[in-house]
Amino acid sequence: MPELTVIEAVRETMQAEMRRDETVIVLGEDVGNRGGVFLATDGLIEEFGESRVIDTPLAESSICGVALGAAVNGMRPVAEIQFADFVWPAINQLVGEASKVRYGTNGAKTAPMTIRVPYGGGVRGGLYHSQSIEVLFAHTPGLSVVAPATPYDAKGLLASAIRANDPVIVLEHKRTYRLVKGEVPAESYTIPIGKAEIKRPGSDLTIVTYGLMLHYALNAAEMAAENGIDVEILDLRTLRPLDADAIAESASRTGKALIVQEDTPAVSISSEVAAIIGERCFFDLDGPITRLGPPELPPMPFSPVQEAAFMPSPEKILTAIMKLAKI
Amino acid sequence: MPTDQLSGARLLELYRTMVLSRHLDERVWLLNRQGKAAIAASAQGHEAAQVACVEATDPSKDHYLIYYRQFTAMIALGTEPEEMLRGFLAKEADPMSAARQFPLHGAHPRVDLFNFSNVIATQLPQAAGVALADRLKGSDAVTIVYFGDGASSQGDTHEAMNFAGVHKLPVIFFCENNRYAISVPLEKQMGIESVASRAAGYGFPGVQVDGTDVVAVHEATKAAVERARAGDGPTLIEAAVERLLPHTTDDDHTRYRSADDIARMAERDPIRILSDLLKRRDLLSVDEDEEIHSLAKQRVNVATDAVDAEPYPGTETMFDHVVDISTYDSGGNS
Repeated sequence: MPELTVIEAVRETMQAEMRRDETVIVLGEDVGNRGGVFLATDGLIEEFGESRVIDTPLAESSICGVALGAAVNGMRPVAEIQFADFVWPAINQLVGEASKVRYGTNGAKTAPMTIRVPYGGGVRGGLYHSQSIEVLFAHTPGLSVVAPATPYDAKGLLASAIRANDPVIVLEHKRTYRLVKGEVPAESYTIPIGKAEIKRPGSDLTIVTYGLMLHYALNAAEMAAENGIDVEILDLRTLRPLDADAIAESASRTGKALIVQEDTPAVSISSEVAAIIGERCFFDLDGPITRLGPPELPPMPFSPVQEAAFMPSPEKILTAIMKLAKI
Repeated sequence: MPTDQLSGARLLELYRTMVLSRHLDERVWLLNRQGKAAIAASAQGHEAAQVACVEATDPSKDHYLIYYRQFTAMIALGTEPEEMLRGFLAKEADPMSAARQFPLHGAHPRVDLFNFSNVIATQLPQAAGVALADRLKGSDAVTIVYFGDGASSQGDTHEAMNFAGVHKLPVIFFCENNRYAISVPLEKQMGIESVASRAAGYGFPGVQVDGTDVVAVHEATKAAVERARAGDGPTLIEAAVERLLPHTTDDDHTRYRSADDIARMAERDPIRILSDLLKRRDLLSVDEDEEIHSLAKQRVNVATDAVDAEPYPGTETMFDHVVDISTYDSGGNS
């Protein structure tokens, strides 16, 4: 089985879906001859031409508004927002408009559109190339949000997003693009939206996480194993709808839950996961539901020292594991 | 269906549509004052622009992205008074959104007309996307997107026109300029004289037209439709109209318009103007005019009685159509 990076898996999936379905089009800033600033669309314009690989003006609201209009009229657009930090001008077209197309027309119109959003920090991106923007989308009924962390999941979830009949936000962590490699089958497959996966089975404690933090948590779990703590890691993979059953099952079984995220904790994914565990696992827990995230600061300083201090790390996760495990 | 020029018979037909729109519009306002219609935005004063624009298009294939004041356009596109009233009265059988949305919002059951949002100007980039899809499909359909002068201030308007200009998309940007964004007059919306002049910045024609003149609006729209179908790109049409009533049933325009200003508008009532034109051309007698009004009022009475008795949607359907999760498992469209 070929080994791919996350960015290679993303690129291959778009290519395969465009071959499979001629209504799939790609649009965004620099997606044409440049092949995207991360090279996610590299080579697509050569194969599919300018009509299906569309370099847009530098204007995010129209990228998403045009994608929405095209989706309503029979296309399956895959729009790229160059950096998550630039998605805010398009929030109205996504949260305000796309999420309500099906509901607001009583099912008469649908918007099968995919918005790919490279997000996250630890890349010396400073305040405007590091943001985690998942909460606003994950809060919105009518939208779905996936955050694959591995090449295998990136391929399967992006294919599902493109084939879904409603808008799906695909969050791709920038730092995983080239850092993370993994085996990816050459043939087409999909991964269900809304299903978490246990990436490391364990018995002492559950870590619930997603994105880059999955990999940091896996590192921390290895270190914890050397200290005799057997950590289970649940990768959410989808942030809306959350896989509440999988979260509750794992937390109930191990009796301890640590939620790790790169986004600031207040009113966030970890808040929701904690609420699910609190509601469903109360009598099975033998330790406090614990959250690990960055400080409540605008994410995140450009200074390498401050960036490292801001980001959760395998070491910080290990500390949290050991503290919780000893309760 | 569009002819080179509007025949006398078509002019008379457009007049009937405008009169029906006016009576229905007045009725909805009344239903609001009776506490039955929660909200209404009137098209009174905009009727000629809307009916003449639709007349120049082809409802069998063209797309219509409307905004909240498109009363007359919807009737011209074949919406029955009962269907309109179901929206205003939030009835279960509302064909646009089953009363999930404000009146006139949702999607039309027969023609490709839709209106997703109350947020001003969001429909403009969406219209560019609809037109982009038509180009990819090899269709010669035209997309008509309606908006007011207030919407011309929004960033989405700029982004949409820029995108459509770059790709020479078959879009008609149809601005109904009534000179007021609720209470804010045109001179506080823009530092230039006309919305149409902005088209120069996007590389396509901008046309100013008297929106009370059915013939002029039809001609301007027809030229824009031909240009779009031929692949020559967008046109911005600015139709000067009057907003005869306040912004909505919740507004009071005497707070910001002078009595003189309000009184002067009556001279630009498009129904009076077309009625006078038809009479000058001997296409309409005083008696026939009265009969048209009388029939329209009867039609509205019948529709009101029928729809008023209909039920509201219950709670059993409120969870339908959020997302189609059947496609989330394994790519359900395969």
